[in-house]
Amino acid sequence: MQVTLKIQRFNPEKDSAPYWKEYSLDMHPNDRVLDALLYIKNHIDGTLTMRSSCAHGICGSDAMRINGVNQLACKSLFSKVGNNVTIEPIAGLPVIKDLVVDMEPFMEHYRSVLPFFINDDPAPEKERLQSEEDRLKFEESTKCILCACCTTSCPTFWATDAYVGPAAIVQAHRFIFDSRDQGSQQRLEILADPDGVWRCRTIFNCTNACPREIKVTEAIAEVKKEILFSKL
Amino acid sequence: MQYHYHKHDVIIVGAGGAGLMAALYAGKEVDTAVISKLYPTRSHTGAAQGGVGAALANLEEDHWEWHAYDTIKGADFIGDQDAIEFMCKDAPDVVYELEHMGLPFDRTPDGKISQRRFGGHTNNETKQAVMRACNSADRTGHMILQTLYQQCIKHNVNFYDEYQMLDLIMVDGEARGVVAYEIDTGELHVFHAKAVMLATGGWGPVWNITSNAHTLTGDGPALVLRHGLPLEDMEFFQFHPTGLFKLGILITEAVRGEGGVLINGKGERFMPKYAPTVKELASRDVVSRAIYMEVMAGNGVDGKDYVYLDVTPETVNHYFEVDDSRLPNGEIRKIDDHFVKTKLEDISDFCRTYVGVDPTKEPIPVQPTAHYAMGGIPTDIDTHALANEKGDLVPGLYAAGECGCISVHGGNRLGTNSLLDLVVFGRRGGKVMAQDVKKMEFKPIDAEAAVAKVRAELDAILNNTGTESHADIKQEMKNIMTKDVSVFRVEEGMAEAVQKLRELRERYKHIHIDDKGKRFNTNLLEAWQVGNLLDLALVTAESALARKESRGAHARDDYPERDDENWMKHTMVYLDADGKVTLKYKPVTVTKYQPVKRVY
Repeated sequence: MQVTLKIQRFNPEKDSAPYWKEYSLDMHPNDRVLDALLYIKNHIDGTLTMRSSCAHGICGSDAMRINGVNQLACKSLFSKVGNNVTIEPIAGLPVIKDLVVDMEPFMEHYRSVLPFFINDDPAPEKERLQSEEDRLKFEESTKCILCACCTTSCPTFWATDAYVGPAAIVQAHRFIFDSRDQGSQQRLEILADPDGVWRCRTIFNCTNACPREIKVTEAIAEVKKEILFSKL
Repeated sequence: MQYHYHKHDVIIVGAGGAGLMAALYAGKEVDTAVISKLYPTRSHTGAAQGGVGAALANLEEDHWEWHAYDTIKGADFIGDQDAIEFMCKDAPDVVYELEHMGLPFDRTPDGKISQRRFGGHTNNETKQAVMRACNSADRTGHMILQTLYQQCIKHNVNFYDEYQMLDLIMVDGEARGVVAYEIDTGELHVFHAKAVMLATGGWGPVWNITSNAHTLTGDGPALVLRHGLPLEDMEFFQFHPTGLFKLGILITEAVRGEGGVLINGKGERFMPKYAPTVKELASRDVVSRAIYMEVMAGNGVDGKDYVYLDVTPETVNHYFEVDDSRLPNGEIRKIDDHFVKTKLEDISDFCRTYVGVDPTKEPIPVQPTAHYAMGGIPTDIDTHALANEKGDLVPGLYAAGECGCISVHGGNRLGTNSLLDLVVFGRRGGKVMAQDVKKMEFKPIDAEAAVAKVRAELDAILNNTGTESHADIKQEMKNIMTKDVSVFRVEEGMAEAVQKLRELRERYKHIHIDDKGKRFNTNLLEAWQVGNLLDLALVTAESALARKESRGAHARDDYPERDDENWMKHTMVYLDADGKVTLKYKPVTVTKYQPVKRVY
């Protein structure tokens, strides 16, 4: 199939502002948008710049805005996105070059929620036991790959970059609902901040954007409930 | 010459499972930093699916000695048995440690770490498959990577994210640091260190169909070669039997562990012909060859080069009856749609997304995919890099994970042993480096000269006005290696491959790139990385050409038998600046298991 890619370009060493550039290519419906970007880079214009690594949706490098929706370029097939495809960097983070954004503000929010296991009791000789039922309570949020599709699709985050954002809340959720963890109270206090969970307006963009099909909005709601409940 | 200067006791290059585990342990005691060309959570450890092997015996009888023997046999008796015994004995402890770090393993009904069957892992008495793979759904690698990164954040490990290593600083045969390129700015950084650990992963992109990320370009091993040091057992590269057709995306062996069967184009289950006892759960080299032979015999699906992996409950339950496969409680095994969807959630997603197949309803089209390097930078059991076949060490240099070769995988790695290797030897390497550097002072380096050397290499690419394209050269290399240095190999093909690879190396000297800028110049870095892949392809082909036997993943049509008398030895390959390859050999460490014929 003949496809037209309209890509937002920006080279910080040359351009004062981003601009659009179009490319026409012959692709197969089962090809990924990433295949087309790599084709352009390898055969048409080596300056086109994006991040990518695993190319099958588990490393989270190639999040971008494709036809207005955040997704991973390696999980977007032309059979789904059609033959007129607009590609921009994910929004709300500073653009470094073409489709590459500065991930540091995103990672800072991630680090702020104590995204690590906390349990100061002496470890047993073997594993800590956990029931299958307890394990399932945080199953969804363990799937997060930190691609930033959710956070950078959130209008609240665009408006207020101090908002911790859905990805960081999902990461906190992963520990708050882990029966083995002891750091929930600290995390809930962090997320009860004005720039924490209450900035979420339940717009569901995050859930729609998640390439791992995590029910992000639901996870945020569970954390909100936990904050209310723990304060009662 | 402009550059930034940093000083850390320990520098670790690569932030996958081995690098992060080493960083955690070294970082507890000495000043440690990790350099990674990707954000750590993008590392390819995250792609590992099925499990990490450890004889916990949570669901049935198991012993680390059985695990060790299975690994030695899987390796086709060319693994070093002392290292294998150490790894398998250490396995339960390191898995419990991961659990204590919060790793969310799946659970058994009584709340313990869940375990599943995997290829080549057996009850040594009954010879039947044993549940040894500790798993977290089908994203165990993702969970390990995330957990280790979380712990690194907790313990304030220093990270230099998106820095590409471009050279090792070697003085008087000692490693004293690294030169790296800050991808965002294009500036060069000198990292002065007492200990440098390479944990850069594999180089599957040398072949066409691969399960590997395209960022896996063997940077560590290629730089080791360039400094006149050897690589070990490069001819042993694993082709995983079940890559998604055309894309090569890994479809975990756990699919077969949970009952999935391989079906050829005639609708026949063919593995019983090749491995009567464990069938689909034979080791990977055996299953990949079986698929290849089915395809060669015209039994591929639609006459093409793929077969079906069938995990539909209807088929699986049928073969559970046929095989009389039972649960530990004596009941016949049985699965349903829900089981497939939850235990194999990610691969269900891959199948739906990329080939439009729902694995609970239809079979999955699969073909062998270049997956894992058994060879790499030779090390001792403490991850010290070796300078030669005599076993002399390279002071200051360490390697762990897939880029290293201890050797615990020998001629063929068992599934679940890669994740195990990462965490066992990452941990050991981290501890050893911490002890080693406490006894050492920083030794002098000529940072100016180190930077000038790298700058000259980059300028040679940036200013080259040649007409060749690194992307085309890379594609031709993949074609050559796929055609002639793949699942089956013969003398003429490999000799031709060596010749053609040499031509490509000449052409590589005349590449040009479009991007001459400083900011995020991935065009420049990818061009440099193709040079690494070409060196690794050449030493792989030369090592394979010389080994006149069939063993593990190295299968030759012209020498179909294993030859223990002449070839029970490790290859040590050197590459000089002119492209001349020198092959030497070193003995295999045998503790108590003498080679026997391998049957599954």
